[in-house]
Amino acid sequence: MAVLPPDRTRIRARTPARARHWRPVFGAWMTAYRRTWKGSIASRFLSPLLFLLSMGLGLGSLVDRSAGGVGGVPYLQYVVPGILAAQAMWVSVGESTYQVLGAIRWDMKYHAMLATPIGVRDILVGHITYVGAQIAGATTIFMAVSAAFGAFPSWWVLLCLPVTVLVGLAFTVPIFAFSAKQESDGGFNILFRFVITPLFLFSGTFFPIEQLPAVLRPVAWLTPLWHGVDANRELALGSPDFARVGLHVLFLLAFVAVGAWLAQRTFRARLVV
Amino acid sequence: MAPRRAIRSTLSVAADSVRFVSDSGDGALISARKLTKTFGGFTAVDGIDFAVQPGEAFGFLGPNGAGKSSTMKMIGCVSPATDGELRLFGLDPATHGPQIRARLGVVPQRDTLDEELTVEENLWIYGRYFGLSRREVRARSAELLEFAQLTERAGSKVEPLSGGMKRRLTIARSLINRPEILLLDEPTTGLDPQARHVLWDRLFRLKRQGVTLVITTHYMDEAEQLCDRLVVMDHGTIVAEGSPRSLITDYSTREVLELRFDTDDHGHHADALAGIGQRLEVLPDRLLVYADDGDEAAAAVHARGVEPLSALVRRSSLEDVFLHLTGRTLVD
Repeated sequence: MAVLPPDRTRIRARTPARARHWRPVFGAWMTAYRRTWKGSIASRFLSPLLFLLSMGLGLGSLVDRSAGGVGGVPYLQYVVPGILAAQAMWVSVGESTYQVLGAIRWDMKYHAMLATPIGVRDILVGHITYVGAQIAGATTIFMAVSAAFGAFPSWWVLLCLPVTVLVGLAFTVPIFAFSAKQESDGGFNILFRFVITPLFLFSGTFFPIEQLPAVLRPVAWLTPLWHGVDANRELALGSPDFARVGLHVLFLLAFVAVGAWLAQRTFRARLVV
Repeated sequence: MAPRRAIRSTLSVAADSVRFVSDSGDGALISARKLTKTFGGFTAVDGIDFAVQPGEAFGFLGPNGAGKSSTMKMIGCVSPATDGELRLFGLDPATHGPQIRARLGVVPQRDTLDEELTVEENLWIYGRYFGLSRREVRARSAELLEFAQLTERAGSKVEPLSGGMKRRLTIARSLINRPEILLLDEPTTGLDPQARHVLWDRLFRLKRQGVTLVITTHYMDEAEQLCDRLVVMDHGTIVAEGSPRSLITDYSTREVLELRFDTDDHGHHADALAGIGQRLEVLPDRLLVYADDGDEAAAAVHARGVEPLSALVRRSSLEDVFLHLTGRTLVD
């Protein structure tokens, strides 16, 4: 059994329990965020404003006048819960691609962390928690702005916050795994163009997926975004079907769980060689 | 058990470093037996043995690709050994990685500073990785910035700093946990001569305070300056071991006569010099005559009517040791 030098006992006592090692990782990302938060907060406000003006009010007044809303619901109230979920996806993609590859390849932030008692799991938990906080912040702002426009007819909408963060994580965690596999940022363009943008357009955000050709509908069921959009809409419009919402949440949790398993694997393969 | 040390001086940045005896048998802080690292079919480190004693400055000297950095990553407990045995403080990196890393300071080959953050923020976030309280981290940072001569730049962003300053910051950062062993992977590569000397001075101070230094380098002057003992690596193996002085005594002559000729192929002149000195090396740009008395060898060359463009007598260096052992120069 190893004899530890007496002087070290003091240091060891200060070393936090393994389970909390992710906190300094989260703290490091937050410290970096403090440098850019002003620009970030401004765009977090601007993005819902633009969406509400163009989609909700512009397109919405057209839809409401010519079709009487979507299934009787004013288009603004129909579309905003969907955009909320979609925005979580965008924030998630923005925070989980270049930053992850950068921390592996360019500024080697992860490598700096791994030279300390921090482990791969701590890096993952700390960084993903940071992205989760970003999503929560963006969602809160989006909801506040939308509420001011009268987009939510029910208080149940408050439950959209945790659901939307979950939607974001259902993207973030698997994308972490994907990003850790990349050699350059070329793969991200493919991700944006062929995965994220189609999801944005065809996951029931702007129109019911029943409008899609029958063959495409099951595809939407397999994407986390549709589950988020539908759950959010259930909640925001009031009188939610909780069994339905619960199933959506389970699906999203499964995405997070599988993503976590993959991310752990790809991160280890990439960082511990 | 070693007696608890006296109250540490407030100036000492590495006061927690202690000269104690671990249980790895011979008192070594680091010991490796048949240590091996392979990547797919490529063997980067091929079964090396070495031991680093407390308080020692130990070097890995070798050209790029010799396996120094791979060895260093295994010692740093960030890269698992493929085979063989490695112990730090008597602990196995495979099972006690975080515990060992808590007692190491690491200066990686490439700076891994957060360039968007300020000098002191870099120290703060790093100290937190070791579980130090915010207050403790701030106190230590002030002390370390002083040590690294960066106090005036504490609040500036890292990105515009000079290479030497960034390197000093990386070293300051590596000391935040008061490590017992400091690992330096090519600490002065890419720095100008003045910056290198400033850095060496800082490393000397650490050494005097009892920090064990493990250094990789492909600069002979750095190895001679800093290392008490070193191993010469080539193709993943250790080809020689000893103090810089003893390596030169064992593998080279006291002096070297360097001859340059007005030719594209210095090999043409080798025959004319046969028998002078103990050994002759032909390099693309010069001939090296190994002799205990360089001036005597120069006179002998002159006596044969051979007229080089220039003749220079110098003392043997580790470069000559390496050349003799591997037939190649260290830095191409």
